[in-house]
Amino acid sequence: MRNLYALVAGALFGAGLLLSGMTDTRKVQGWLDIFGDWDPTLAFVMGGAILPMAVAWQLTRGRKPLMGGAFPPPPEPRLGRSLVIGSVMFGMGWGLTGLCPGPAVASASFGGTEGLVFLAAMISGMALAPYAKRRLDASPAPA
Amino acid sequence: MPTDWIWGLVGGALIGTAGAVYLLANGRIMGASGIVGALADRTATGAAAHERIAFILGLFALPAVLALVMGGASTHAGSALWVYVAGGLLVGVGTRIANGCTSGHGVCGISRLSLRGMVATVFYILAGGLTIVAFRHLLGVV
Repeated sequence: MRNLYALVAGALFGAGLLLSGMTDTRKVQGWLDIFGDWDPTLAFVMGGAILPMAVAWQLTRGRKPLMGGAFPPPPEPRLGRSLVIGSVMFGMGWGLTGLCPGPAVASASFGGTEGLVFLAAMISGMALAPYAKRRLDASPAPA
Repeated sequence: MPTDWIWGLVGGALIGTAGAVYLLANGRIMGASGIVGALADRTATGAAAHERIAFILGLFALPAVLALVMGGASTHAGSALWVYVAGGLLVGVGTRIANGCTSGHGVCGISRLSLRGMVATVFYILAGGLTIVAFRHLLGVV
């Protein structure tokens, strides 16, 4: 049953990404590029997604997940260097290509060579990330 | 097109509903980079891996079917291939170091007013904006 819910969630996520235009790199880069022909769509997608998700977080209060276990703990308050460095790296790749992890998977069937090359590089990066993170955590923090 | 924002809202609502299902049913945060990444670096095994594979299957398959029904879809990704190699590596390493991407930090984090989610979102949007401005308007490569 857990796998069925995961399948349904993934399918809804994919349909939402496609219908909203977020698998189209022109719309994503068009939103990031404020000096170009600015495309506001991404803001509507974010707003449309955050609303139901905020309701869902409210519903977790005093309850348990349908499939048992526990809900995720409250978010960690500590920010940390890796959050900032990682997000900057992610943003650079996102700006360069107009692709992020969800849309990259959702568009795999129609994204052509470019999409498959991105996916392969992204998965390689994810496999290498634990080593990068260990080095980052081991290096002394700036004063 | 003037209807783009309506499709944005509709698609966004589907994305938020997907996150709500994954959270309320399975007790998990719907973060694409975490779901793919935990398989890529093999931190998810057994039932945890199966759940993620099922999610990825749905994420891949329904857009594939819808694209066929709609008579085709395109990412309009037309830059040189090295751009996708570099971009993919940056997205892969960056999202895992930051522990989240647009769906995890953006949608799921901001909706619970997580400071980490909001800070991450500010930084990846700023970095993305500066990168596209530099590589499109100054260097002309994307």
